Amino acid sequence: MAIRDKLSGNEAVAVAMRQIDPDVVAAFPITPSTEVPQYFSQFVADGKVHTEFVPVESEHSAMSACIGSESAGGRTMTATSANGLALMWEMLYIAASSRLPIVLSVVNRALSGPINIHNDHSDSMGARDSGWIQLYCEDNQEAYDNVIQAIRIGEHPDVNLPVMVCFDGFITSHSVENIELLEDDKVKNFVGSYHPKEYLLKRETPIAVGPLDLQPHYFEHKRSQAEGMTNSKKVILDVAKEFQKMAGREYGFFEEYRMDDAEVGIIVLNSTAGTAKTVVDDLRDKGVKAGLIKIRVFRPFPFEELGKAVSGLKALAVMDKSDGFAAMGGPVFNDVRSAMFDYAKDVPCINYIYGLGGRDVRADDIAKVYADLGKIAETGKVKSTFNYLGVRE
Amino acid sequence: MAYNLKESTKKPDRLTGGHRMCAGCGAPVVVRTILRAVKEEDHAVVGAATGCLEVSTCLYPFTAWKDSFIHSAFENAGATVSGAEAAYTAMKKTGKVEGDTKFIAFGGDGGTYDIGLQSLSGAMERGHDMVYVCYDNEAYMNTGIQRSSSTPKYADTTTSPAGTVIPGKPQFKKDLTEVMVAHHLPYVAQSAPMTNFKDLYDKAEKAIYTKGPAFLNVLAPCPRGWRYDTPMLMDIIKLAVDSCVWPLYEVVEGEYKLTYRPKIKVPVADYLKPQGRFRHLFKSDVGAEMLKDLQKEVDRRWENLLKLCGE
Repeated sequence: MAIRDKLSGNEAVAVAMRQIDPDVVAAFPITPSTEVPQYFSQFVADGKVHTEFVPVESEHSAMSACIGSESAGGRTMTATSANGLALMWEMLYIAASSRLPIVLSVVNRALSGPINIHNDHSDSMGARDSGWIQLYCEDNQEAYDNVIQAIRIGEHPDVNLPVMVCFDGFITSHSVENIELLEDDKVKNFVGSYHPKEYLLKRETPIAVGPLDLQPHYFEHKRSQAEGMTNSKKVILDVAKEFQKMAGREYGFFEEYRMDDAEVGIIVLNSTAGTAKTVVDDLRDKGVKAGLIKIRVFRPFPFEELGKAVSGLKALAVMDKSDGFAAMGGPVFNDVRSAMFDYAKDVPCINYIYGLGGRDVRADDIAKVYADLGKIAETGKVKSTFNYLGVRE
Repeated sequence: MAYNLKESTKKPDRLTGGHRMCAGCGAPVVVRTILRAVKEEDHAVVGAATGCLEVSTCLYPFTAWKDSFIHSAFENAGATVSGAEAAYTAMKKTGKVEGDTKFIAFGGDGGTYDIGLQSLSGAMERGHDMVYVCYDNEAYMNTGIQRSSSTPKYADTTTSPAGTVIPGKPQFKKDLTEVMVAHHLPYVAQSAPMTNFKDLYDKAEKAIYTKGPAFLNVLAPCPRGWRYDTPMLMDIIKLAVDSCVWPLYEVVEGEYKLTYRPKIKVPVADYLKPQGRFRHLFKSDVGAEMLKDLQKEVDRRWENLLKLCGE
């Protein structure tokens, strides 16, 4: 029987980590992810886990210690936000290229500057090409479920890549919501124990990690890294299927909400999906054929699947909670648009940058997007491809 | 058993030959001496900061390290090895690993005195059972001899060149060993691979087999950066120590002990003379004044150390 509880997103993730009982957690506090290592260090202090908690002096050292630990053969987890993730940057790439399945909870927060502690996606979006798998979560339940699945995805021998589980700062991390937890033994059995093929502490066969890798081999290693990311697509779906059997909750690359006969649709990530779903329901009541796609897996990007999923629409808006500063829209828009060139070329598509630095996103804002889409669907004409929502111009 | 160089070198090398370090470089001598102090039955996880040692000993698909080796970046050897040590502690609890594994991090002065200082400080403060070894060659040699905070005053480097207005590096060398002593670690020592290597071997053994964090600062001259004739390596080291520019001492649980006292204190100029990086000091009256300045600072630090050691 699942356990019904009321937890914040941060606490839900900490509980998942307790149930996973990793060998090492190395973390440094930063708002709004601070509670994750706080809750977890209490589990350590109370002997609820066997984990070595390494309270490092910076996020750079957090990711470095994670790399050392995971290379040594230990299952390793951490959490961070915004500038903390930025300070890890160098090491994110090294973790991925060393094929180390570290699991990192990214509690999404606006990246300085100016300094701001509230939610947007500028932190994890900047790390989208670092070689990490990225899973996005609408609420505390998804954060909990994704952290558990992330272990299995990253550690799969066809993948061997680190995984970021991203959820919205404060909105998800600090809001207490109902949640269904799994029993400890179920999670334990699901993640299993970690047995990497080669690791530093295997004294019979010592290994060297992180060599200088020049022209003769570097490219092949990067090619093999890319293959791991490609392979992860199947593994993500397989793990989701197995998870559904255990937990009863369904996961895929993305969630389609009332998309079957939808004419106008939006693509969002994370908590905004919750707000947008109520707008979709209201519009449906009024006879508007509105739908929504919430991306769960942003890396690897579900190119074909997402392209096909929007091909039946008359108009699509892609919502970016971070700016690309490229004078060509946000990062989600650009990837979606690229997929649409192959699978939904004729669907008019527009981009909104919204909610930066924690700017509130209300149902009215989302309703305005659907209203704009209605006009585009009617006329087939896009006046402006790149738009900002909820900003004083 | 008393230390015997001949006996100790009979142990199989844990850093094999065939690596690409320069002839006359102090670093591999330092590493091999330190690793000889690891008991043959023990496994080691060796970490290295980006630098000469790392790029020259582990070039894919080769490694010169007989033990497990990890390099991840420049500024984080302390944190990286601390993570491996934490995994070891956790995996010991679950019975996943058996036997004794020792954790040793190597960094040059760039990776230790400068860019990696925070990571080193954190790892030592947290109390991981590991040894951090700085092989100090007094500049960023891997990128082509740029000054570091370890570079001695007046040394000519590619970013502190001896010019007509500024005569080399304007600042004195940072005293990192004292910085690490201030961490109140169980074991801190300053050493050099000198004469029969006993000083370094003994300190390495103590550092490796003292429970908790230990720090070794070891002088490792660089023939390219210091510009001495490669066969002079051992002479240069002896002069550094006999001039009291690089005193040999250890601090055990806060207790200072001088481990070598020169019979005759050699003038600093005798140590600097064979090194091209100080050539400009021997060409003018201004240079003579600079030599006096250096001698004064070396004397001041030496006297201070003697007091700390109760000598």
